[in-house]
Amino acid sequence: MTQVSVFPTPVLPGLRNLLSRYAESTMWLARYMERIENMARLIEVTGTSVHASNMDAGWDSVIRINADEDTFFLRHKVATERSVVEFYIIDPDNPDSIVSMARCVRENARVLRPLISTEMWMHLNVFTRWAMDLGPDDVGAGYLSTLCTRLKQECQTHFGITEGTLYRDQAWLFYLLGKNLERADQITRLIDIKYHTLLPSGEGVGSDIDLSQWTSVLRSAAAYHAFRRVLPEGMTPANIVGFLLKNDGFPRSLSTSLRCVYSVLGSLAGEYRLRHCGPILERVEELRVTLAEQTVEDIILRGLHEYMDWIQRELRLIQNEIAGAFWPPVALQVAG
Amino acid sequence: MSDMKMAAQAAGLFATYDVPDFFCELLNRKDIPPAGLQQVRDRLARFDLAELRRRAAAVEAQFYRLGITFTVYSDREAIDRVLPFDVIPRVLTAPEWDHVERGVQQRVRAINLFLHDIYHERRILRDGVIPASLVLGNANYCQAMVGIDVPGGVYVHINGTDLVRDRDGRFLVLEDNARTPSGVSYVLEDRQMMLRLMPDLASGLDLRPVDEYGPRLHRALAEVAPAGVDDPQVVLLSPGIYNAAYFEHVFLAREMGIPLVEGRDLVVEDGRVYMCTVAGLQPVHSIYRRLNDDFLDPQVFNPDSLLGVPGLVDAYRRGNVTLANAIGTGVADDKAVYAYMPRIIRYYLDEEPILTNVETHICAEPEGLAYTLANLEHLVVKPVGESGGYGLLIGPHATQAELEDFRGRLRADPANYISQPVISLSVSPTLCPAGVEARHVDLRPFAVTGRDTWVLPGGLSRVALRKGSLVVNSSQGGGAKDTWVLAS
Repeated sequence: MTQVSVFPTPVLPGLRNLLSRYAESTMWLARYMERIENMARLIEVTGTSVHASNMDAGWDSVIRINADEDTFFLRHKVATERSVVEFYIIDPDNPDSIVSMARCVRENARVLRPLISTEMWMHLNVFTRWAMDLGPDDVGAGYLSTLCTRLKQECQTHFGITEGTLYRDQAWLFYLLGKNLERADQITRLIDIKYHTLLPSGEGVGSDIDLSQWTSVLRSAAAYHAFRRVLPEGMTPANIVGFLLKNDGFPRSLSTSLRCVYSVLGSLAGEYRLRHCGPILERVEELRVTLAEQTVEDIILRGLHEYMDWIQRELRLIQNEIAGAFWPPVALQVAG
Repeated sequence: MSDMKMAAQAAGLFATYDVPDFFCELLNRKDIPPAGLQQVRDRLARFDLAELRRRAAAVEAQFYRLGITFTVYSDREAIDRVLPFDVIPRVLTAPEWDHVERGVQQRVRAINLFLHDIYHERRILRDGVIPASLVLGNANYCQAMVGIDVPGGVYVHINGTDLVRDRDGRFLVLEDNARTPSGVSYVLEDRQMMLRLMPDLASGLDLRPVDEYGPRLHRALAEVAPAGVDDPQVVLLSPGIYNAAYFEHVFLAREMGIPLVEGRDLVVEDGRVYMCTVAGLQPVHSIYRRLNDDFLDPQVFNPDSLLGVPGLVDAYRRGNVTLANAIGTGVADDKAVYAYMPRIIRYYLDEEPILTNVETHICAEPEGLAYTLANLEHLVVKPVGESGGYGLLIGPHATQAELEDFRGRLRADPANYISQPVISLSVSPTLCPAGVEARHVDLRPFAVTGRDTWVLPGGLSRVALRKGSLVVNSSQGGGAKDTWVLAS
């Protein structure tokens, strides 16, 4: 029997392969927009959940989620609402601030302007100019929630315009890769930090305060109502962690993000016949298997932190392998 | 009824228009305007000034949102500026356009023959039509191009011819732009904006469309690709997102449906050019480069340039890739060579120039220098190497001290200057802070050459927004108008 290709010819004949630089920028555009949305969610939820007790408590976890302890405490003595909010929204020297991320989005959007739809560009043009101009007056306690809502909505507008207008070729797949890798990274960070901040306090477990804190974790991932629908009676930390990690229907869960990454890489390898996808696919599959094979109780028992840490390392390796496969240094391309 | 009287009687918007002593296509022509033009005039006259201002404000906001901007770099930051756009169009009649189109095509033909000649046989130099030193000693003459054959003999694939109209409405060539002329994106974007925001002005008029530019340019670039390539890959090479004209590069890449690449996206292997894609290296055949000669290839030109592609010129010389425009075309749009253009046209084509030059005195020649020094207060003096309206002297607007200072500069380096009489540039009604007033305009038609030459109907009409100013450059207070060419 003759060898027949499993895949038909590329779905979009006539279209040329994407420039490596465009692929890289597309991925980072999606990652930064996703990251801005997550940052806005985190700040908003932290702002509302800490108000009840102490204005400034809880803000340090925002720093830990982003692993910014070193840079933050170089600049500020204590993690107050004001200092954390300024650091993460308007500090131009902090690469994780909204202002800095908006600048990165703008750079990538300018690079991609020949490729993306006019509507996408127009929105990003206006949005990034606005976000880059945010200043101390915009982040006062009274405006914080409004600001975060606007930021979230801008990101969602972007995702909506992109879904509705970006041509479905390789660029779209790299966009999805970036968005889902970022979501996977963000959800594991959130779980890691919140679980360990909220649990070890001992006597608080099961009390009203503890539950409201966990509710806020769900809310920051926009998972509150979905969780209620799936497990109306099961508001326990383990169930919540399990939902965020393993629920296949929830759009921001780790398993959903990994499934999407896997299928996108499959399309790049199959429909577009791009080389080098194999090892990356294997790595993603390995992640999915370990996640599927364990119950959330197993994961917590064996060490949630270690597991989250491992996943984050794997996600970084996946990102690096994608970079090595699709936008290697020119010298390597010539040699290959 | 005479044209003057009609203008004076025009009600509404033009009630306060001070009919100028200059040629004005809309309100002070020296003939009976054709029906289409009268229609535009009547419709405009009925516009309310406040309404026009509202539309103008909407246009500007929309340009800003769309990012149809050029970037100005100050000490610390990059500022995106919208090219000021005047909502009152500049209208050309069908016979006027026919004349301009034929004139531009003729000029492009002559320029290409001239460039081929000076990089090959140099007949024109031997025949003494133009001084050899002026050509061979020109800073833009490129030794690396000597003996190189370019596909179809086309050197200047994209050409911009700057035209003005004098007091009688005669079109005169002010200068040629044969390197990387810019501004065409505004022509297309301005038209789209115009049709969207002033539909009541354009409706029902038979206007020549401008949206063919992208496909035409793409076809021309494919036509001049190296022989034997069936489906050539065309790319646009840009210096990148920090370039002031990046928007235009984006626009043109999109209109042609081709990748916008930077130097770092391209590599040369065994004399062939490739671009780096997610599927590896892919061949490139035709490059519309928006990068000056000096930056194209660090192995041949500026060795410090990071913008270009090492080995590109070698691939070009081997005929494996086409560059548009060719290298070394700057010698054809040099302001000193310009003075000889009428003779160049006659020499190669044996035809009279359809579009005439502005009378030009070459200061490198003793009689030209003497005339210029003696009549400085009546002349415009231009340095031959500069663009963008920098470093020029407008005699009638200069003080005694400025004139004296410039005489010194002329004597010190006469070869660097040409002079021309001040042309009473035509005007066009323009929305100004005080109402609708006359402002001077020029016209840059764009010609695209592959197997033949096609001229985009109309072109970029630049307007000097400052009252009385003759300088239309965007860097110096110029704006743009939509240019309407009536089909009949």
